[in-house]
Amino acid sequence: MNNVKDEYILSMENITKIYGNGFMANKNVNLRVKKGEIHALIGENGAGKSTLMKVLFGQEQPEEGKIIYKGKEVKITNPLVALDHGIGMVHQHFMLAPSLTVAENMVLGIEPKNKGFFDYAEAVRLTSEVSKKYNLPIDPNAKVKDLPVGYKQRVEILKILLRGVDVLILDEPTAVLTPQETDELFVQLRELRKQGYTIIFISHKLKEVKSLCDNLTVLRNGRVTGIASVADLSEQDISRLMVGRDVSLTIEKDSPKTKKTVLKVRNLTYKNSDNKALVSNVSFSIREGEILGIAGVEGNGQREISALITGLEEKQSGDIYLFDEEISSQSIRKLREKGVSHISEDRMTFGTVADASVEENLISDRFYKKEFNKNGLLDAKKIADLSNKLIKEYLVKCDSKNAEIKTLSGGNIQKVVAAREFSANPKLIIANQPTRGIDVGASEFIRKKLISLRDKGSAVLLISADLTEVITVSDSLLVMNEGKIVAYFDDTNDLTEETVGEYMLGIKHQTAEEIGGCCYE
Amino acid sequence: MDAIFSSIFSAEFVFSVLRVSTPLIFVSLAALVVRNGGVMCIAFEGMMLFSALGAVIGSAFAQNQIVGVLLGLIMGMAIAAIFAYFVLVLNSNGVLTGLALNILGSGGTVFMLYLISGDKGSSTALKSLMIPNINIPIIKNIPILGEIISGHNVLTYVALLTVVFVYLLINKTPLGLRIRSVGENPHAAESVGIKVVKTKFIALMIGGFIASLGGIYMSMGYLPFFTRDMMAGRGFMGIAAQNLGQGLTFPTFIAALLFGSAEALSNIMQSLRLPSELMQMVPYIFTLVGLMLVGGDKNKKASKKEAKNE
Ligand SMILES: Nc1ncnc2c1ncn2[C@@H]1O[C@H](COP(=O)(O)OP(=O)(O)OP(=O)(O)O)[C@@H](O)[C@H]1O
Ligand SMILES: [Mg+2]
Repeated sequence: MNNVKDEYILSMENITKIYGNGFMANKNVNLRVKKGEIHALIGENGAGKSTLMKVLFGQEQPEEGKIIYKGKEVKITNPLVALDHGIGMVHQHFMLAPSLTVAENMVLGIEPKNKGFFDYAEAVRLTSEVSKKYNLPIDPNAKVKDLPVGYKQRVEILKILLRGVDVLILDEPTAVLTPQETDELFVQLRELRKQGYTIIFISHKLKEVKSLCDNLTVLRNGRVTGIASVADLSEQDISRLMVGRDVSLTIEKDSPKTKKTVLKVRNLTYKNSDNKALVSNVSFSIREGEILGIAGVEGNGQREISALITGLEEKQSGDIYLFDEEISSQSIRKLREKGVSHISEDRMTFGTVADASVEENLISDRFYKKEFNKNGLLDAKKIADLSNKLIKEYLVKCDSKNAEIKTLSGGNIQKVVAAREFSANPKLIIANQPTRGIDVGASEFIRKKLISLRDKGSAVLLISADLTEVITVSDSLLVMNEGKIVAYFDDTNDLTEETVGEYMLGIKHQTAEEIGGCCYE
Repeated sequence: MDAIFSSIFSAEFVFSVLRVSTPLIFVSLAALVVRNGGVMCIAFEGMMLFSALGAVIGSAFAQNQIVGVLLGLIMGMAIAAIFAYFVLVLNSNGVLTGLALNILGSGGTVFMLYLISGDKGSSTALKSLMIPNINIPIIKNIPILGEIISGHNVLTYVALLTVVFVYLLINKTPLGLRIRSVGENPHAAESVGIKVVKTKFIALMIGGFIASLGGIYMSMGYLPFFTRDMMAGRGFMGIAAQNLGQGLTFPTFIAALLFGSAEALSNIMQSLRLPSELMQMVPYIFTLVGLMLVGGDKNKKASKKEAKNE
């Protein structure tokens, strides 16, 4: 008996967590983790994964249940206690102060002192030391805000390693990483496992779970619905455990029936205030009934292109035509009235108002329209009908239409955005990372929705860092590198990820003529 | 015109810039510490009024400057503590709380003044003391430089030392690092066990201490008594100077000196019989223009940051 217990470095038993609004996010959850393994914690959006980990890290207090760590029951009342025990967490959203240097962020809370003053040199030394020890190179003097995402993540990991933890909790660490950065992270995590560290890994990407993890625990609606060894399961099995039904990981679609040209972008160039061209001389067209994908490592101009087309960023040079009309000087409301929908990659800044309700967010693009007003007041009944219909149709998991957006899980927030944008009768949809941080079931739903809108005649620009997604969903594909279009494929059917990858990384280039194929009148 | 220029290019003028800038230096540094802790506080006007009155009452009744300074500090910091309690503990709106405390400062000090001295305008009836001016040996004998640097009020020298103190505090101490981290990303600070509310409270109390010194200077150095509403917006000019200095110590100090120069200039022009109402506006116009310049710059920076973030 004792031996069995010893095997687990950590076991959470019968954890029940009820939030202040009465929502039960964890119900009698058991999680057992062996020493030296990478344990996957998976489940749909809102299943309660982050909640369970916050309980373990002392950020939330459970109503019931106990935590047994290294054979002893422990009470983790706040993060400091967790860190003292050797449990560290890298959050879904970065916990760094951007204008401070790497070294300063590293030692925050455990600052080295010299005669009462903060010993910065020692902080730098400590940083270099852990960075060398774990073979995760970083410049201690760089400001965090100047670092690419992958490096920010590295700082987060080093930060908890510096505090001498044995158990690392990583909450969706790969959601914001490029495929290359993800590969690098996995090399690091495997190395840590070899050194005897225990890792709890949360991800929606089954491929990652399959390739990295040893065992997994599945949560659904706050309960454990499966515990298994990863080697025994296929990706298909895992997704069935998560969603409770079969999810098709491939996508079926008819060949596109294209008609009139909807969007024409010509010679678009955009420079930042350092005069660096983030978008240079980009031209393409999209027709009705077509999904044009843009593949590329994030930060190669995709964000700017979508911001320019949707009017969030002011155009500098080049032309953007919607049905032959130059639109770049028009207000965002005008653009929306002309049928432009936008799923922003940053759902909390541009997609939703965190303090407003689900309903308010669903009508934020149309509340002023006649159909939602009666006698100069908002027509509450019509609005309620619409919200309830959308919540049902898009399977948004929320208390009610009056729940504040910020109490929803990440994936459900994204569904609210998608519901609003897709129900606006769009002629043109700019979908930027539409399935980021979303579980397999919901991703499938959004992808299918995009394809059905295409079949109804919408033009779709799909920007995604997920290569599989962008290749399978799009009809034709652009590849971007350093703000330029480096390749165009008018048919994605026989395209492989390897081919696209070579263009993405700038190893190969097409000729101007080949790229010109994506411009038509 | 000649008269103006000859007044400006004199040692006397530079001396007066330091004299006039002293309260602005204090309050802008106070605003800087508080801002670094991520708190939006506009209650400095109220803090300074109470500390100025406290200094007068304390020194008048005890006939001792130290008691005056202490009572001034206590009253000013009490306002800072009330602000902290409301904003940090009760989560009330910082701007509204600050506004309320400023109004309390304006009305409350007049009320207390009337209770104690029977006068609603100024404290001339109370025999309050001043903090002395000091001559610095050797330096005072150097021509020009001596005239500018020597002979100031003790608190003016304290203000200059505070610049160094605040620089060291914010940039070179563990506490400063924590204040900055709490100001920038409270969740990050919390996740490594830093107590966010406590750290913000400490920042506010340090700010209250420094701002109170500015208030005390007004009634024990700049003028020998307390008059109603004697801060005349200095609390807000301090915030503006801090903004102009982008939250960095030395730029903030320079900005405070700049606003001080504008005020000194307006003093000269008033004495030259230019319409005084017009001239009194000069420092405030200066402040506005300064804020406009920084505001424009910030907008540009913000969009640049966005571009980088993604
Ligand atoms: N502070 C809160 N107050 C009320 N309800 C909350 C709060 N935080 C989370 N919830 C709810 O608890 C449930 C679980 O949320 P949690 O963040 O743990 O999900 P998750 O499994 O991490 O999902 P995702 O994969 O989308 O990140 C969600 O339905 C969410 O709406
Ligand atoms: Mg989560």
